[in-house]
Amino acid sequence: MSTTLAFLGQFGDAVEFIFKERESVGGGVQVGGLGEIGDLGWTHLKVSLAAMLVACAVSIPIGLYLGHKGRGEFLAISVSNVGRAVPAVVLLFFFLAYVGNGFRNVALVLILLAIPPILTNTYVGTRQVDREIVDAARGMGMSGAQIVRSVRLPLAMPTIFAGIRTSTVSVLATATIGPYANLQTLGEPILSPQTYGFAGGLGAAIVVAFMTLVADAGIGLTQQAVTPKGIKLAEGPRRQRARLALPTRRREAAT
Amino acid sequence: MTFDLIAQSGDFFQERSGSGCVAENGFCPDWIADNYDRYVTPFFEHVLLTVVPVGIGFAIAFTLALLAHRRQWLIGPITGVTGALYTIPSVAFFFLLQPLTGLGNTTAIVALTCYTLLIIFRNVITGLRSVPAEAKDAARGMGLTENQMLLRVELPLAVPELLAGLRIATTTTVGLAALAFLAGAGGLGAELDRLPSFKSNVVVAGGLSVLLAAVLDLMILTVQRLVTPWERASA
Repeated sequence: MSTTLAFLGQFGDAVEFIFKERESVGGGVQVGGLGEIGDLGWTHLKVSLAAMLVACAVSIPIGLYLGHKGRGEFLAISVSNVGRAVPAVVLLFFFLAYVGNGFRNVALVLILLAIPPILTNTYVGTRQVDREIVDAARGMGMSGAQIVRSVRLPLAMPTIFAGIRTSTVSVLATATIGPYANLQTLGEPILSPQTYGFAGGLGAAIVVAFMTLVADAGIGLTQQAVTPKGIKLAEGPRRQRARLALPTRRREAAT
Repeated sequence: MTFDLIAQSGDFFQERSGSGCVAENGFCPDWIADNYDRYVTPFFEHVLLTVVPVGIGFAIAFTLALLAHRRQWLIGPITGVTGALYTIPSVAFFFLLQPLTGLGNTTAIVALTCYTLLIIFRNVITGLRSVPAEAKDAARGMGLTENQMLLRVELPLAVPELLAGLRIATTTTVGLAALAFLAGAGGLGAELDRLPSFKSNVVVAGGLSVLLAAVLDLMILTVQRLVTPWERASA
């Protein structure tokens, strides 16, 4: 019973940290409260959003092109295998030691992290559009660019969004270790217990977890909204697969 | 957040005085050759932090998947719960668990186990689902019961997908375990954290974790090749 109370007490303390300023552990400065959490959260969001925008701008066109032409399967698939093997933390520390600190470097790490899932999913989504559909579009006189824009892209949307969802979650999670590169994100209270205390760390952890879950759910809803009605009706199991953010087995086995 | 190298690691600095390369935080093969033994213990901690969670996670997720295979309505809720666990950032997770399990290996292992659940569950379910209906019909026609069919037909055919899930779970866990030092569980991440701007240290500690991921991945791939000879024959 007493452990339960202590447990609730620590969480209560952490929630209080989020909403109310208090003196830091070392004394002298005020920490916590919605003002500071808001600032840290804003930086966190800014760097994540910047990274996601760049990553999408880079990987979606490349994925569409390769998928449409049916080229570079090895590249498009193995990029995500390699990406998985190099942990985000290790990548950040490499950048820290070799490139330096700051917003731009953290954003670069996050971009490198976000590209593989989006690129692979865009490729797979574009590629798996039925041949007959593409042939029909060509027979109607559509040019290559038109086929990509009006046939392949809409049909690949659910898969592409699954990739964006995976990337967003890992980008938001990794931005937490931004303070190692001198970027004050929500990881700051977590990584500096000597200033913020345990309550600060726990409070920030709650905010980060909440933010990620909201982003994940939000993109999930967007994904359903951009899914063409035809796919929703026709494809039970395959849509589920796309929602689970995994390339199809056939493609994975090809690596 | 400031990283005062001297305050954090006085002993490192003493050894590091003298050589110009080391003092400049450079990449120094000599230093690595002299100091590789300091990475042995963290490396094996890292192996432990990977193998134990993947093992426990596999046991839990596999059981859940077999249950959900018989009661299909369970798939949605289980995917939802494990998916939410999977979404929580690891840094936050290592912290959220501390009021319950304190600092140390337990916290790290619980969190890392949670991350493997979704991946393994999803792949076992997909594997079982992708068993051709003809194979099941044939098995039924031969008089196999549901349990016999699961053991002799469905599971063997689901092995490639199952092991693919295990590979993803393993490489992911190696990466996440690099942050387990935040839960007080050591590992190669703790070495990265001690001297984050010393290139030699980052290359060795980071390189070892990438190498670990690659080796474990290859090991599972080899097992997959050995236990599913029919896949190779058809390829």
